[in-house]
Parts: sequence; structure tokens; C-alpha cells
Amino acid sequence: MTRIAVTGDDAVALAAKAVNPDVVAAYPITPQTIIVERFADFVADGEVDTEFVTVESEHSAMSACVGASSAGARVFTSTASAGLMLMYEIVFIAASSRTPIVMALANRAISGPINIHGEMTDQMLLRDSGWISLFCEDNQEAHDQTIMAFKIGEHPDVLLPVAVGLDGFILSHAIEGIIPVSRDKAQMFLEGERKADLKLDTTKPLSIGLLHLQDYYMEARAQIKDAQVDAKRIILEVFDEWEKLTGRKYKPIESYMMEDAEYAFITMGSSAGNARTTVDELRARGEKVGLIKIRIYRPFWGEKIVELCKNLKGLISIERAHSFGGPGAILSQDIKSCLYGSGVSPLLAEYTIGLGGRDTLIGDYHRMYERAKAAFTEGKNLPISWMGVRE
Amino acid sequence: MTFEVPKYRLKDLVDKPTYFTGGHRLCAGCAAGSMARQVTMAFNKPTMIFNSTGCLEVASTIYPFSAWEVPWLHVAFENSAAVASGVEAAIKAMTRKGTYTAGKTDIVVFGGDGGTYDIGIQAISGAFERGHDLLYILYDNGAYMNTGIQRSGGTPFSASTTTSPAGSVIPGKSQFRKPITDIMIAHRIPFVATAAPAYPADLVAKVRAGLDVEGPAFMHIDASCNRGQRFDPAKSIEYVKMAVETCLHPLYTVIEGEYKLSRPSERIAKDPSRKIPLVEFLKKEGRWRHLFRPTERTDLIEKFQAEVDKRWEELLAKTGF
Repeated sequence: MTRIAVTGDDAVALAAKAVNPDVVAAYPITPQTIIVERFADFVADGEVDTEFVTVESEHSAMSACVGASSAGARVFTSTASAGLMLMYEIVFIAASSRTPIVMALANRAISGPINIHGEMTDQMLLRDSGWISLFCEDNQEAHDQTIMAFKIGEHPDVLLPVAVGLDGFILSHAIEGIIPVSRDKAQMFLEGERKADLKLDTTKPLSIGLLHLQDYYMEARAQIKDAQVDAKRIILEVFDEWEKLTGRKYKPIESYMMEDAEYAFITMGSSAGNARTTVDELRARGEKVGLIKIRIYRPFWGEKIVELCKNLKGLISIERAHSFGGPGAILSQDIKSCLYGSGVSPLLAEYTIGLGGRDTLIGDYHRMYERAKAAFTEGKNLPISWMGVRE
Repeated sequence: MTFEVPKYRLKDLVDKPTYFTGGHRLCAGCAAGSMARQVTMAFNKPTMIFNSTGCLEVASTIYPFSAWEVPWLHVAFENSAAVASGVEAAIKAMTRKGTYTAGKTDIVVFGGDGGTYDIGIQAISGAFERGHDLLYILYDNGAYMNTGIQRSGGTPFSASTTTSPAGSVIPGKSQFRKPITDIMIAHRIPFVATAAPAYPADLVAKVRAGLDVEGPAFMHIDASCNRGQRFDPAKSIEYVKMAVETCLHPLYTVIEGEYKLSRPSERIAKDPSRKIPLVEFLKKEGRWRHLFRPTERTDLIEKFQAEVDKRWEELLAKTGF
């Protein structure tokens, strides 16, 4: 198939078109709006069979999605930042209802102060919700991962909703070349329509969403815990199938120039692009540096990160997110947790970058590297700092 | 008018199956249970129920038990209209694709007064504006009874609740209740009705009409709560009837914008001597005890009566009386 030039939002909308979901319920918010606008075009032009529910809020969007998914439908939605915040109550119920909704998130800073630009904190707060959480580095990944998300979430051993994050504006509004997947290919990959075993069925009446008191609540929650574990196996299977279908290889944790690396960046999403370029430039100067890219944030592949860190002197964690008053930023807390007790303990530098869409350029990555390396050489960690913030 | 409410007699209901079973854990004398059972008597085709968080939800579905014999879904408190919107959309899309084969499916939503007057009103308004084919049933017991009798937008004037207590300075709820039925009528949906479980044939017929009409339908059902309204559990249906007879909760339909009084209220319209003074009703329920002791608050009773009269007169004008 030929390459086309599209924004990240268009890449996601085209993925949704290829999937042809039963129901899309969504509400406008920058920077995801292009996704639903484009999808509305597909509906208006009869290019999809979807019922598009133009709800009056994100809270209702997620509610309609949980309802539709409980009826056995294949369901898609999309939002960002404040929209996700308004959904949060129902986001948790979507996981506990085991409704495999796919939600694209054009990751945007959280108010306040109000800001419409890129930041991952919105999606990272899904951390404890039970959702599968993926991040994308470029528009091709946003396209591919949106389609794969349906197959991951709908697998009977998973049955969890899946969030696909693309950096607001940096991907959502940036035009890149992608090779789109056709409707036929997507349908073949998904093996036709969704097959839901337990659902609202008038021939087999089922009550869903019951009150679980002290005697059953923990068991209900434990099933989500187990599904997150099982999801790791299913995600690997889905990535293999995707490679067979498209030739594009995906891994939950990706590594670049890690074989002989002494130092490495670890990051997620579009930041991996700048980190990779910085690695190339540093390698040209003879620095033994590599990159670890986390594609899947939940479930967290800590064991793989430990393995990749085995021979490192120092690890540089970079993320477009922060946890106020926390022991590090959000991702760096996870990284520290998985290294603890593993016997692998590289020195660690932690950076929060680019909140509210502030540019973090290649030069900034060089500065972060030099500062971290200087600390590492003295045998010191570099505690969390905000790159480039004015004091 | 092209659409009419079917006419049922009480004996027509005797053989009707119900889909709300005994064994639920609603309180003795709870009118919501009577209401729910009567509503299911109207079912005649594949039907699904969507229930907001509240007494009816909590007491009917404590895991691993359920009192419902049709598909039933609870998601949260404020969103049942949105949840049902999604299901209605799913059924449409899946029917087109051939993956849903049950055919025409009726959709019933239950929300309490808190879930309807207050926290859920946005989702209901949105669902009605979009025109989803569903029947939203407000079962109104006049306060947040499930959380312990807090005042809602549906709590009547001067009623004492745990957040509008009758104190030595403020005598219960200061506001009149939100005219919820008027708000729903203003959405220009094809069917709006009020009902009460004291008149089962009327209630069941209206539910059937609300399900048969194309598009959104709304019903406001008075369902007394003896625990929160403070009266003998044996009186719950009697007092629901009294709310109709005082014209605090008149029974009527609005079909395609056309108002029509239902029989119990029509009788009062034709013969105003049948209208029971509000004070007689207020005396019966403990939530208004402070209006009678230590001294009778005639000022408040008269103010409340005047508001009830005003709303009743407005309704009479709209129904051609």
C-alpha cells in the first residue's frame, strides 16, 4: 500500500475507519478533535457502519461506551486531558465491567493553569485503573496500535479497555507519512466482528454491575489484576500477528544501541524520537549510549527493563509528566520500583521535561546527558529535576 | 394525536408476568419495589433495564444475587441515560450488521430523584436531545434515601431531611421542588407521563405507551419511602394516593405536546371538592412534624398550599380545564 501524509489524529481516525466499530461515542476536546471530526465524515459519507453518539460530555461518552460494550458492541472513543478527567469515574468502571473499549488519547496537559499542549500526565493517571495503556512514538505507531488495541482488549483472557496515547500536537497535529491498513486487512486481523461471551442478552438475562460488598469486592478486583498479567502474553501474540500482517515489528519495550551501552535514556512516546537522534549523535562522538523505549506502560514490563539495564552504569529517565510531592516523576517511580531488589542497580538521573507542550530539543537531550554523566562519573544519582524550567 | 395510552383494567394485570422477583432487600413497605414490579408488568418484548445507583439498584443486586429476570445493567449514579444511549446505539448498529438478532428491544432506565433532578439531569437532557428510543423512569421518593435522607432537588417544600433539618431557625427545606416534569416536557420529547403505584392499571398502561412510542419517553413516578418520609410502612401506597388527591403529584400525560389529565386527577378537575387540602397530607408524614408542633406553622402550610394550587391551576389550563 502507498504511503500517505496525515496528522496523528488522522492516522487514528483512519485506523478506526478500518476497524469499523459498532459504536463511537465522543465529545470534542483539543487536541483529539480531529479524530472525531474525521470519523464524523466517515459516518456522514456512509464509509462506516458505526452509530456515532454525539454525547453532551466526556462523562457520558465513557458511559455510553460502557453501555454499548456491555451489549457486545465493538466500541471506540477518544479524548484528552480535562475530558479524561471528567471520565475518570467511569474509566475505572469500564475496567471492572471488563468492557474492551478502545480510547485514543491525544495526550495534553491537565488544567490548571489551562493549557492545550502536549503532556502525558493525563494518561499516566490511568496507571491504577486496570486499563491497558500504550504510547506511540509516531503516526504510524498511532495507526497500528489503535487497530491492535481492539485485538488485545477483546481477547477473552484480557477483556480490558485499552488506551492509545499520542502526544498532543507533537503527533496529533503533525503530518507524517504512514502506510495505512485497509479495511479488509484490519477485519482479517480482528477475525470479523467482536465475539462477546457475557453481555446484555435478552435470551440469557444477566445482571451486570452488582454491588460487591466486603465479601466479594476483592475477588472482583483481583480478576482485573490477573487479566493485566495475562495481557502480557496476549500482547506479544498480537504483536507477532501484526508483524505477519504488515511486516512491522512491535515490542512492549524497545531498545536501541543497547548491546554495548554504558548509559541509556529511557522514555515513552514521541520523546523517543529526539532521544534516538541524540543517541546517534553521541555515538558518533564515541559515547556508549543507548535508548530504552517503553511502548506499553500498563502492564509494566519491569523484568525486561531490568534485563536491559544489566550492564549499564547509568540510566537517564525522561518523561513528559510529574507527580507532585512524589518520590520522582511518574515513570521514574515505576523504574525505581522494578530495579529495587533485582540485583541490577545502575545510577539514575530523573528528568521531567516539556510540560504543557514546551519544546525539548536535541540540544536539551545533550545537556541532560552531559549533566547526568557528570553525576554518574562521581558515582552519584541525579534526583528529579525539571528540564529548562525558569526559577 | 396519533398515539394513545392503552387502556388496562386492574384484572388485566393479574395474568401479566413480572420480571422483578421477591427476595430483593428493599425495606418493608418500600413503594419503589411496588413501582418496579408494576413497571415490569408492561413488558411484552425483549427488554433491558438500566439502573442508576440508588436504593433500587443496591437492594436488588447484592452480589451474587439479582432480583431481575431481564438483562440489567448498573454503571454509576449520574449516567444511566448515557449508558442506555450507548446500548440503544449498539443495538441499532449490531442489528444492521446482523450481530444482534433479538429484534426490537425496549429500553427502560430507572433513576431516583437524586439521580434525575440533580446529578443525572445533564445525561438525561443529552439523551433526550439526541432522540434515543428509551423510557426514562424517575422514581421519586423525595430525598437521597439511599445515603440517609439528604435533601434533593425533588424534596418538597419544608420537608425535614438530614441536610435540610427542621431546626429552631430554619424549618426544613426552604425551596419548592424543581418542576422536573416541565423540564422534560420542554425537551419536546413525544411522551411524558406521571404515575403512582397506587394506580397500577394507569401506571402499567403508561409504561407500555412510553415503550411503544418512537423516541425518548419520560415518566415521573411517586414512590414513597416510609423510612425517609417517616410514616408507618403499611401506609406507603395510601400516602402515594394522597399525594395525587392533594394535587401535589397530579397524574397526566403529555403526548406530542398535548396535555391530558389521567382519570384520578381528571375526577378532581371535574369536581374540585374531591381535592384534599394539603395540610391533611402533611399531618400524616413525620418529615413535616415540625409544621404542627410545638406550634402549627400556618404560614408555611399556606405558602406550600398556594404553590401546589398554582402548579395545579397551570396544569388545568394546559389540559383545557
